[in-house]
Amino acid sequence: MSNLALAISGNIAVLGYGLAAIGPGVGVGLIFAAVINGTARQPEAQSKLQSIAWIGFGVTEVLAIIGIALAFVFKNG
Amino acid sequence: MTAGVPTEFIAPGPQSFDLPPIIPGVDWFTKPVLVAALSVVVIVWFYWAAARKSAVVPSRLQFAGELGYNFVRNSIARDAIGSAEYMKYVPYLCGLFYFILLNNVAGTIPLIQFPTFSHIGWAYVAAVMSWVIYNAAGIKKKGVWGYFKHQTMPAGVPLWLMPLMIPIEFISNILVRPISLSLRLFANMFAGHILLGVFVLGGEYMVFESGKILLGGVGIITFIMGLAIAGLELFVQSIQAYIFVVLTAQYIGSAISDEH
Repeated sequence: MSNLALAISGNIAVLGYGLAAIGPGVGVGLIFAAVINGTARQPEAQSKLQSIAWIGFGVTEVLAIIGIALAFVFKNG
Repeated sequence: MTAGVPTEFIAPGPQSFDLPPIIPGVDWFTKPVLVAALSVVVIVWFYWAAARKSAVVPSRLQFAGELGYNFVRNSIARDAIGSAEYMKYVPYLCGLFYFILLNNVAGTIPLIQFPTFSHIGWAYVAAVMSWVIYNAAGIKKKGVWGYFKHQTMPAGVPLWLMPLMIPIEFISNILVRPISLSLRLFANMFAGHILLGVFVLGGEYMVFESGKILLGGVGIITFIMGLAIAGLELFVQSIQAYIFVVLTAQYIGSAISDEH
């Protein structure tokens, strides 16, 4: 380890969490992109779109949340 | 720990959440218990005081109480459950929303600064309560067999797909919902609290303990960034309370809905 020029120290679970956060990040982005699109096309539907968006946000975000929980679970594994 | 003497930086982690009991010897009475009890007192006082002198022309307090109650009743319960049966569930949803909201925002209120739901046991209990309520509501309306048929056999799916659909729908609608509900709330509070801790403790370490001038400058920026993160956390805490209650209402609504 020590003779490597760029040795990384720390826990590999952190990398796993970083990878696990990519998908939900894209997903949450897509949800709000759709909301912005929908609001631009039909401004009067904004409140309805927003309440649906928050549900979708919660369901998508839980994937990243499971990732962070598993990062702590596998930290010592 | 004097200024200018470099010491090791200890990053905040799960161990930051093990708080000592407030009264030595009484092991169960820790900060989350105190915050939760305080939040119950505040909510009960607020709604009692708001409803005590009901008048046609509302006082300021009554107006605030009605605003808070109407928000849960109209934009959460009625939208998700439907106008025929939503009133039965409004007391639970309203109590749940303000309990979670106050306990989350306690993570931002100065001097308290600890979100109760960053201890997972609290989130488990809230999620199991919602789970029991939506399943009981569905079973009461459709009977045990009818309810499971409603939850696991979506209409319009061909018969040969049923062996695949029934286990998937059972796992996603009955088993995973309480887990995802509790994990979402817990992990948001937990991660948010750690994030704040990293910025604030990191800034403190760089300014006061690293003993390097340049790092001190970075530390001040880190500290300002921590303040911004606190604002973000306030937003996340409110949104999580909202999402928890909206999803509970959504689950109740889908359990008692007539068509799938």
